[in-house]
Amino acid sequence: MTIEIRSAPHIKGERTVEQIMRHVVWSLMPICLFYVYQYGLSALASLVVVTASCLATERFFVRQGGQSGDIGDFSAVITGLLLALSIPPGFPLWMGAVAGFVAIALGKALFGGIGFNVFNPALVGRAFVQAAFPQAIASYTPSFLPGRFSEMIPSSMAIPLMQPAGIVEWLKAKQFDALAGATPLAKWKFDGILVNADELLTSLSGHMAVGPSPALILLCGAYLAFRRFMDWRIPTAILGSAGLTAWLLFALSPDRFPNPFFMLFSGGLILGAIYMATDMATSPVTPKGMWVYGALIGLLTVIIRYYSGLPEGVMYAILLGNAATPLIEKITQPTPFGKSALAVLGRARKGASYPLHPGYISREDAGAVTPKKRFLSNKPKMQERDKES
Amino acid sequence: MKLLSYFRGEAFQRGVHPPSCKLTASTKIRRLPFPPKVIVPLSQHIGKVPRAIVKVGQEVVRGEPIARTDDWLSVPHHAPVTGVVEFIGLRPGVRGPWVESIVIRAYPAATQEDLWGQPRDLAAASGGDILQAIWDTGMVGLGGAAFPTHAKLTVPKQAKVHTLVVNGCECEPYLTCDHRVMVEQADDMIVGTRYAMRATGAVRAIVGIEDNKPDALAAVRAAISRAGAVPEGEIHAELVPTKYPQGSEKMLIMALFGIEIPAGGLPVSLGMVVNNVGTLAALGKLLPAGRGLTERVVTITGPGVAKPGDYIVPLGTPLRFVLDYAGAPGADARQVILGGPMMGQAAASLDVPITKGMSGVLVLLGDALDRNERLKTYPCIKCSECVESCPMGLNPSQLGMLAAKREYDLMGSHYHLGECFECGCCTYVCPSNIPLVQQFRVAKQILREKAIAK
Repeated sequence: MTIEIRSAPHIKGERTVEQIMRHVVWSLMPICLFYVYQYGLSALASLVVVTASCLATERFFVRQGGQSGDIGDFSAVITGLLLALSIPPGFPLWMGAVAGFVAIALGKALFGGIGFNVFNPALVGRAFVQAAFPQAIASYTPSFLPGRFSEMIPSSMAIPLMQPAGIVEWLKAKQFDALAGATPLAKWKFDGILVNADELLTSLSGHMAVGPSPALILLCGAYLAFRRFMDWRIPTAILGSAGLTAWLLFALSPDRFPNPFFMLFSGGLILGAIYMATDMATSPVTPKGMWVYGALIGLLTVIIRYYSGLPEGVMYAILLGNAATPLIEKITQPTPFGKSALAVLGRARKGASYPLHPGYISREDAGAVTPKKRFLSNKPKMQERDKES
Repeated sequence: MKLLSYFRGEAFQRGVHPPSCKLTASTKIRRLPFPPKVIVPLSQHIGKVPRAIVKVGQEVVRGEPIARTDDWLSVPHHAPVTGVVEFIGLRPGVRGPWVESIVIRAYPAATQEDLWGQPRDLAAASGGDILQAIWDTGMVGLGGAAFPTHAKLTVPKQAKVHTLVVNGCECEPYLTCDHRVMVEQADDMIVGTRYAMRATGAVRAIVGIEDNKPDALAAVRAAISRAGAVPEGEIHAELVPTKYPQGSEKMLIMALFGIEIPAGGLPVSLGMVVNNVGTLAALGKLLPAGRGLTERVVTITGPGVAKPGDYIVPLGTPLRFVLDYAGAPGADARQVILGGPMMGQAAASLDVPITKGMSGVLVLLGDALDRNERLKTYPCIKCSECVESCPMGLNPSQLGMLAAKREYDLMGSHYHLGECFECGCCTYVCPSNIPLVQQFRVAKQILREKAIAK
């Protein structure tokens, strides 16, 4: 008989990288379905092409570069789906494929594969196409167009390296004006038209050019946070800090700035806060750092949206947050047990079962620093205690 | 979810909840037969190694001292069986290297009663007398660390002890020996607690029991009320939340008193001494009779054992004999772990004996291990699971990355590696399957060697 020798611990928790990534993909599925329901065939094609491009690139670099991870770990699927959800539905498919390639190649493989990437790969891909194809990435189409399940948005099928067909004519044929294709954020920024926050929350009313419903994303995010596949601190910090900043500015001058709910539910803030900023490899590992990181992203988002030439700032805010992550981690290392302020002062935490010293021991007898005595009502009574207090 | 931990009022932050697998929680303690041969290693504890005071061929009776030393941080050993000393020399040790051991062949016809003892009247004994008596029993911490009990109960001159904390947590999965001892030997434990209180001068003893063992709490409370008002002070029993590693003394004190022991400090700096329930129960039995420690309760369990249970095993019984009796099937490739699954050590050979600090023998079958073997190792994805489960509040993710780069000095100086007590929570939770605590053990050893070299 042979016996094997291993080093403790000999049991292992259930959680694996594949399991985490798989759950994130499952939780993205309702969001993707809603997106397809909003924009029809073009959205479906975009999701498939971008994800396939990401997977192919991942496969190539894992094989070539000998990096750990593979397409089986689902991390490239997440990148692909998020990238597709963050670009317009009518984005030319060949450009989507380029975005997918860049996301994995420059955003992930270049750094050494899964776990080593400094920036969120999906956002690297999106930043690349934003710089390369500024016009295409700004041309949104209205959602819930009639006939969206029978025909593609014409710009989707652009021939590679050619200008995509204009969608203004196509929209006119469907009796929509040119403004219909602008996102609520762009409408507010350039035309001063404000959409109600409750309409934004569901994305259902009218033909707004918006992404998937923020309410749905929040729901899926809540599932992930509850199962602990995502840290709840980062979205809370981002939304809290963005909401607070927007509310302060709104309180200062209500005419100039929109109300904070418009800020929270428009654009990609909810998607970014829940799915992109929480990317594990690129966010701080320390709990305190997560709060700092989230607060930084929320603040930057609002500042970019209000004070820059761009209508949307989530992407750059998150990328900047990613870049700051190592620094944030450095200053927010956890305090070891026994080195916290309570331990140094020798103070007991509230709600302990027993007082540190028996009530009838004098201060000199205790020998050490005497903390404040705390008693619970159901604990053994000591007569001296009553005299003292 | 850690937020839920907060609302549940768990006493120390972080930690993990591994499946408890306490298969033997409701089986009574049984006695294992005496083996034909016992092997008593001279070093079974922390501290100096005692030397043999018997010769090959000498007859010994059960309970007779066979090894002793005058060094304070050490304990004597007693013959676990009546028989004849067959061999003194190197035998396979628990840690791997062969160690100096005394092999005693048991007389098959002997009754194996405790024939040796120096009954003393400890009713009026002073603390020092009791400490001497504890030393003579050869008692070490039976919870696993095997630190000599008399040394643990000795209070340094400049300190004063007011509280004796009795550790009945047994947070390791599978192990139930402390649980059964609390249920079945609660009266002995109270007697031992009283001796320990007199030895240390403590005026209060608190038994901390994890809340998955309500029957143990009931038994201990019943024993406390049977003992009535004791002159040593007050004795309480208290439930603490079930969580690994609640049985670590720092975590237990946090749970009971809500105070962190300052880093680098011992509980005695707060006027406390922590002892295991098994140790005190054994003391309660041995001290009045003046006998030595010759047997202990060991949990023999795991998927590979046909008759799992808590057994009273004579010290020095070879593992092979124990497993044959408990019915561990042979042919399957398997792993035998001495201790619990989180911190226990894999046995390198079945010829090693049961020693004083061994609280459990866990037999894992091949198929239970196959899943862990199949797991792929990824780079750290910084999921922060380890940071949120490290009971010492370290950053295992960062430490792991530094260990991979062999930056051991930086780990020690900036990331508090010295605080790590190797509970294994980080490796247990790591979804990337990185051997974190294993790397930390290597790093700590290298730092220790460097410190000695200087």
